[in-house]
Amino acid sequence: MPSKVPRSFLFARIIDSVLTRLTRGRHALRHQTILKIGLAIVITFIVVTILANTVPGFTPYDPVYYRSAPRLQGPSIHHWMGTDQLQRDVFSRVLAGGKASIIVAFGAVMLSMTIGSALGWISGYFGGMLDRALSLTMDAIYSFPSMILAIVLVAMFGAGIGPMIIAVGVVYIPTYFRVTRAEALQVRESTYVEAVRALGASNSRIILRHVAPNTVNAIMAVSSFNLADAILTVAALSFLGFGLPPPAPDWGFDIQNGQKFLQSGSWWLITFPGVMIIALSLGFGLIGEGISDLVNPKRKRKRV
Amino acid sequence: MGGITRYIIQRLALTVPMLLILLTFVFLILRIVPGGPVEAMLGGRNVSQEQKQEMAHKLGLDRPLYVQYTSYLWGIIHGDFGTSFRTSQPVLTALFAHFPATLELAFWGMMFAFIFGFGTGLIAAIRADTPIDHAVRVFHIGSFATPLFWLGLMLQVFFAVKLHWFPVASRIGGRLAFSFHPVTGFYLIDAFLSRDPKIIADVAKHLVLPAVTLGFAQAGLLGRMTRASMLEVLDADYITTARAKGVLERVVILIHALRNALIPIITVFGLQFAILMGGAVLTETVFSWPGVAQFLVRSIEARDFPQIQGSVVFIAIFISVINLIVDIFYSVIDPRVRY
Repeated sequence: MPSKVPRSFLFARIIDSVLTRLTRGRHALRHQTILKIGLAIVITFIVVTILANTVPGFTPYDPVYYRSAPRLQGPSIHHWMGTDQLQRDVFSRVLAGGKASIIVAFGAVMLSMTIGSALGWISGYFGGMLDRALSLTMDAIYSFPSMILAIVLVAMFGAGIGPMIIAVGVVYIPTYFRVTRAEALQVRESTYVEAVRALGASNSRIILRHVAPNTVNAIMAVSSFNLADAILTVAALSFLGFGLPPPAPDWGFDIQNGQKFLQSGSWWLITFPGVMIIALSLGFGLIGEGISDLVNPKRKRKRV
Repeated sequence: MGGITRYIIQRLALTVPMLLILLTFVFLILRIVPGGPVEAMLGGRNVSQEQKQEMAHKLGLDRPLYVQYTSYLWGIIHGDFGTSFRTSQPVLTALFAHFPATLELAFWGMMFAFIFGFGTGLIAAIRADTPIDHAVRVFHIGSFATPLFWLGLMLQVFFAVKLHWFPVASRIGGRLAFSFHPVTGFYLIDAFLSRDPKIIADVAKHLVLPAVTLGFAQAGLLGRMTRASMLEVLDADYITTARAKGVLERVVILIHALRNALIPIITVFGLQFAILMGGAVLTETVFSWPGVAQFLVRSIEARDFPQIQGSVVFIAIFISVINLIVDIFYSVIDPRVRY
């Protein structure tokens, strides 16, 4: 009987279980200062970035085409964060410069979460040779410096948002694989899975209905830390010149640009985009802390 | 000690397939993606199809993929990492020339991370729940949200450009470099060998900003780990016993608690080494540090396949060796661990 349940229903159950957890999270939000601060930071950044990139009057000056400010001037009343060598307003560029970081970070984490988790469930559930081969491959990628791997990949695929999503996404796959595989291994041995199997449930049903929901907690915590890390990786890739092509405003690229004027002491070109990167990465990090506390109350008591 | 030898052999046996997988992965990625070394070397010059083919033939890129792959593997097994497409220099020679710079940077970066992270973590644990503790924790969390390259540039702006305390970049000052003849490639050791105090001071000064940059994020993580691990150990019964016996608090913390608190920290230390190598790419770029990571980035730009593959394998081997050493060290610190 259970195998006759339509597949879409199984997916609905997964979504449902995620939603349940999230609403349970909302109740607990009352005592989660860290989580609230993190959420506030991230939401603010997303809203500001969207507005700055779509509403023309949102930034005080045009981030790309405004070219009548004084050249390379420090912060002043008119230009809060100074101006760059092309007479553009740094503050306006900083407000709009998070676009690539946010899109790539979410895209990459989504990509690695999907592939990594699916492989982890399958590998952990079925075991055997497939599991050993996959685990070894994942360990090989995991043990290698992710930043270097991302650079190799993005250099090969070419610069831009799409290649960056793939490069950063591939690098994080092992993280999700390890987390979900470990959970799948445990669930596989449990009595209730044995019972469902005895009832005639198919493997795909057991994975989606019983293995997957058990890994949601771990995936949620991992993915927020992952987003925090992805923001830094994307910034580094942009800094090395693999991001959006100029003149698009971008934090990482603008820092690279500021490096050229470092000897003349133009600190504002570097400082402000960097502060934005830190704030956004910190926001995701704090969400991760908060979720980890929620998922594992013991951790909170110890104030790790 | 028989157990440990067997363990080392087992670990090494596991390393081989992992290296093979990584190598295959990089090998395939390089060849699947369009825009090969021929185009990169000709640099957009207008040349005939024949000339392109001749070039590909000279580099051995016109051979079938499996032939290229097996011949490359055969070389690696025999310690031959191939020769560079650009310079025709053996890749291994170039790697060994760049390696000391990276190792020196990584070592001092780790030293900074250890002293700074461990120190702040210890203080936070001893003064748990005081304003000092809160400040340290905020600092720890903030430190790994900080982009490395940005920190490096900020340090350059303030300590090199504005205050002139440290040089902006490179490993040794331009004028001194003429009278400096490196032997080992580890400049600080070489500086001491030269017995010239001016050179020693100069090389040491050049190391400070890059090492701090590289070690900063690690310091935050280690500090967090130290704090958590210390708090847990300080909760243990044997610490209460020691205190009840009237042992000095200083002795309780430094002798009784520290050793056990160190165990999880050492593990993290080993795992962090991969991340440290990733950070080295950025640190070396910002500080024009002529290390392996910078070498790799330049090879990527030139599509120099043997150099890219060689660097990846080299870095992977290096990390495996470090992890092995950490594992062995682990059993020394914690006598309960037996392999």
